[in-house]
Amino acid sequence: MDRKIRVLIAKPGLDGHDRGALVIAQALRDHGIEVIYTGLRQSPAQIAQAAIQEDVDVVGLSSLSGGHKTLFPRVVEALKERNAEDIPVIGGGVIPDEDIAYLEEQGVQKVFTPGTPTTETVDFIKSTVRGEDNE
Amino acid sequence: MDEQFRKQYERWKDAVDKTNERFPERKEQFTNHSGIEIDRLYLPDEQGQTNDYVEHIGFPGQFPFTRGIQPSMYRNRFWTMRQYAGFGSAEETNERFRYLLDQGQTGLSVAFDLPTQIGYDSDDYMSEGEVGKVGVAIDSLIDMETLLDGIPLDRVSTSMTINAPASVLLCMYIAVAEKQGVPKEKITGTIQNDILKEYIARGTYIYPPKPSMRLITNIFEYCASEVPKFNTISISGYHIREAGSTAVQEVAFTLANGMAYVDAAIESGLEIDQFAPRLAFFFNAHNNFFEETAKFRAARRIWAKLMKEKYQAQNEKSLRLRFHTQTGGSTLTAQQPDNNVVRVALQALSAVLGGTQSLHTNSRDEALALPTEESARIALRTQQIIAHESGVADTVDPLAGSYYVEEMTDQIEKEAMAYIDRIEEMGGAVQAVEEGYMQREIHQTAYETQKKIESKEDIIVGLNEFQLEEEVHEDLLRVDDALEKRQVEKTQQVRKERNQSTVDSKLNDLKQAAQDESINVMPYILECVKAYATVGEICHTLRDEFGEYTGV
Repeated sequence: MDRKIRVLIAKPGLDGHDRGALVIAQALRDHGIEVIYTGLRQSPAQIAQAAIQEDVDVVGLSSLSGGHKTLFPRVVEALKERNAEDIPVIGGGVIPDEDIAYLEEQGVQKVFTPGTPTTETVDFIKSTVRGEDNE
Repeated sequence: MDEQFRKQYERWKDAVDKTNERFPERKEQFTNHSGIEIDRLYLPDEQGQTNDYVEHIGFPGQFPFTRGIQPSMYRNRFWTMRQYAGFGSAEETNERFRYLLDQGQTGLSVAFDLPTQIGYDSDDYMSEGEVGKVGVAIDSLIDMETLLDGIPLDRVSTSMTINAPASVLLCMYIAVAEKQGVPKEKITGTIQNDILKEYIARGTYIYPPKPSMRLITNIFEYCASEVPKFNTISISGYHIREAGSTAVQEVAFTLANGMAYVDAAIESGLEIDQFAPRLAFFFNAHNNFFEETAKFRAARRIWAKLMKEKYQAQNEKSLRLRFHTQTGGSTLTAQQPDNNVVRVALQALSAVLGGTQSLHTNSRDEALALPTEESARIALRTQQIIAHESGVADTVDPLAGSYYVEEMTDQIEKEAMAYIDRIEEMGGAVQAVEEGYMQREIHQTAYETQKKIESKEDIIVGLNEFQLEEEVHEDLLRVDDALEKRQVEKTQQVRKERNQSTVDSKLNDLKQAAQDESINVMPYILECVKAYATVGEICHTLRDEFGEYTGV
């Protein structure tokens, strides 16, 4: 058997709204994924460090403060600096559609906007990590 | 008619007369479109005019305040329409404030950016990407002077959503008022100053619970004598609800937090009636209409009983739960955002029928970004329509006596009290927060809510039912990314121009004061602020003494 998929859920920046991050974390766990949650106020460097130390397959970022355009690309960069650009970064939160293209250009794999069913995120993670088709 | 009923009825009528002398009712006679006169207050029929009514529900403005805290409520004055606003620089926010006042808003409510709320200056490395995003960036007194420029602080009341650094921002407000020639005894407004719900739900804490509680009681004590018209705390269920709690949990955890502040203040040597009249509350108005109205009524009754029976407050003002309401941000959908206008209208109506003292209505686009000027205007107009067109404000507590609403009020009271008792058994709210109890309860509810939405047990219009193939994209407000750089330069300029040795000596005085628990730090913070020490410098000084909270 493959080992369990491991995901780091992180809150970059100063935003304290963690309802979404916690709900996603629990939903992933309910679907057999191991989740490490960083807690609030993590710098991009801390997040990259944690991702490597915990040997995760995916990093999931959550921000509701409008800081995503600065903070999400910083996490991608911080992973690259540590030769860990193979760990895909996904994100969610209060993110206007028009910012998604920019974030994807900056190396964020996928952005999930408000109202996305958690199952969609689960499927995306599974297919990204294992190359499985979406159910 | 029972004797008790007659007596209290007379008392209520006297109170109405007294109020009317000060603030005459909005109209001499209230009638509906059919020409039927609308009474100030509707009461039970003869059979219901009992002692039980008096004790359980009571007259408006009387214990246990189920029907409201004033004798004739909105017949005299509407609630305060207070829209939370702030973004970018102090200049931009000042412009939005003036716009809102011009549009008929009656009070200000300041949103600060996250660095300000967590005690970092705009040029701190921790602030990167967050400056001016969710509110206005305030570093030094200069920014506060700009923010409040041209706004008469003797006439406008200001609510500030600021918690861990509440003492600093209040001191800045005092300093600006003094520069305008308004003494601190005259300024009115509210600081949120509710740290417990930051640990539970909102996340902008700085210091650990114990020194945080000291700062809060220092503010209570200072304001009781120096700033007597300012609400020293706004004990908030809003964010607890946003984090996912039920209505019952919102009431229970908020009032349990309120009790913790009361306990701390009493322990520090204050008398209950010295500070209790200045405690204010802040609740959420969510989707379930009658549940929400019942919740507000229940919260008022519980608090009144606690204050009277548990804390033996003598001053009637100590028993009154005064509250601000904001419609529920987490109920807004990013899909078909115009539908949010309707959600907000219903939520706002539940708050008005629940007897709120002030209200913020959310804007339709807030699931996506901060509101545009147009969206903010519609949100304010929603309140104005409820006030001026719907007629719901013409009589007091119109839902009283509804079998459903009274029963729901009783049930919410009962279930909230069960939680409150449980928290008391754990040793009070501070202990419960440190153990993560409330956090776990809220998270569990949030997750269940998500599952209900995904299984369509709960229908959210436009989100999991009645969707559109193609969403229309509205114009959104964008905060200028260059703002961060400008704000950093501005603050560095302030550092260059101020008298550094004064700043150093004032910060050092504060450091000494912080080390001695028996000293009230407020006068020291005021001195620092006046010397143009920054929010970050003041908070770092206190961080060095108090340490930092890092979560459960």
